[in-house]
Amino acid sequence: MARPVSYNIKEKPLERDISMAELPDGYQGEGFFAGKMNDFVGLARKNSIWPLPFATKCCGIEFMATMASHYDLARFGSERVGFSPRQCDLLMVIGLISKKMAPVVKQVYLQMAEPRWVMAIGACASSGGIFDTYSVLQGVDQVIPVDVYVPGCPPRPEAILDGFMRIQDIVGKESLRRRNSDHYKKLLESYGIQ
Amino acid sequence: MALSNDLIKQRLTDKFGDRVTNVEEPYGMLTFEVPKDVNLDVLQFLFDDPELSFQFLTDLTAVHYPAYQGRELAIVYHLHNLVENCRIRFKVFTPIEKPDVFSATKIFEAANWLEREAYDFYGVNFVGHPNLKRIQNVEEMDYFPLRKEYPLEDQTRLDKDDEMFGRGGSLSFDFGNRNEDGSPKTIPESIG
Repeated sequence: MARPVSYNIKEKPLERDISMAELPDGYQGEGFFAGKMNDFVGLARKNSIWPLPFATKCCGIEFMATMASHYDLARFGSERVGFSPRQCDLLMVIGLISKKMAPVVKQVYLQMAEPRWVMAIGACASSGGIFDTYSVLQGVDQVIPVDVYVPGCPPRPEAILDGFMRIQDIVGKESLRRRNSDHYKKLLESYGIQ
Repeated sequence: MALSNDLIKQRLTDKFGDRVTNVEEPYGMLTFEVPKDVNLDVLQFLFDDPELSFQFLTDLTAVHYPAYQGRELAIVYHLHNLVENCRIRFKVFTPIEKPDVFSATKIFEAANWLEREAYDFYGVNFVGHPNLKRIQNVEEMDYFPLRKEYPLEDQTRLDKDDEMFGRGGSLSFDFGNRNEDGSPKTIPESIG
């Protein structure tokens, strides 16, 4: 083959029957626990993400399957999916975005309140997918900054859940000052967002 | 069937004479061509006639034939007779320098959006259309994308290269089907 292809093969052995969450580092005594503010806020935020499913095409069906009972997304804390950007943390762009739709996605992103994260689900949202044409936006990251990309056409519900868990990792470890930092401001300016 | 292709052909030639040309029946569907200045007359005739009564416009599209000089853009009308379940197709050709065709919106309401789509993708100017502007593409687009001179792919991509699509490039894969000078091998050579 001309280019090497890498496969994602990860074997995670089952450690225990019941999985327990890790307690953050801190100093505890009788009736109190003192730890870093970052850890607690991250823990609270990552286990109660309210997603906004911006589903446009076929990947939306896989998202519906993810929200259904078999591959339940609600057990990760996102029981309430909202369709109002003012109330949501995570913008899930699911499916193809055409060039005519791009300003709409940008407007929805601008209406979200900080802290906000974006997940691009599917090949079309990540890079245009198989639709390399004059009318299709070749990846939603041309208009908004994306945190996690989930490849697949369509991605299986397990893949969407894996992407969601990575978003949870990002949310849990994010610094509280990130949204005011220069780095973030430069990132938004590169997209033309003030 | 009460309404046969021969009957329709007869009625059309009675009314329009030799302006109806290129009559053929691919897969049993009657197809003919008329000059572009009579397209509304033909549509009205097929609509009003009580025996023919083609009162349903199922489709209105355009085709770009760059090889036909002076007749590059074809506008194709598909009509359907709901009572007799009979479909016909007729075409109108127009040169690409001046692609003016009379609009069928007065006869069929459906032609409104269908003509906007034909304008959006091929640049056919429908004379008499109430609202001829782009319907599916971005309003700021300044060319007509489905004409044959424009490529399908988005031109802003930097990562798609010829090598990935097997079109040569630096690391072409040897499929074993070409001689050294680039000519294709015939089957006995490549096996034996």
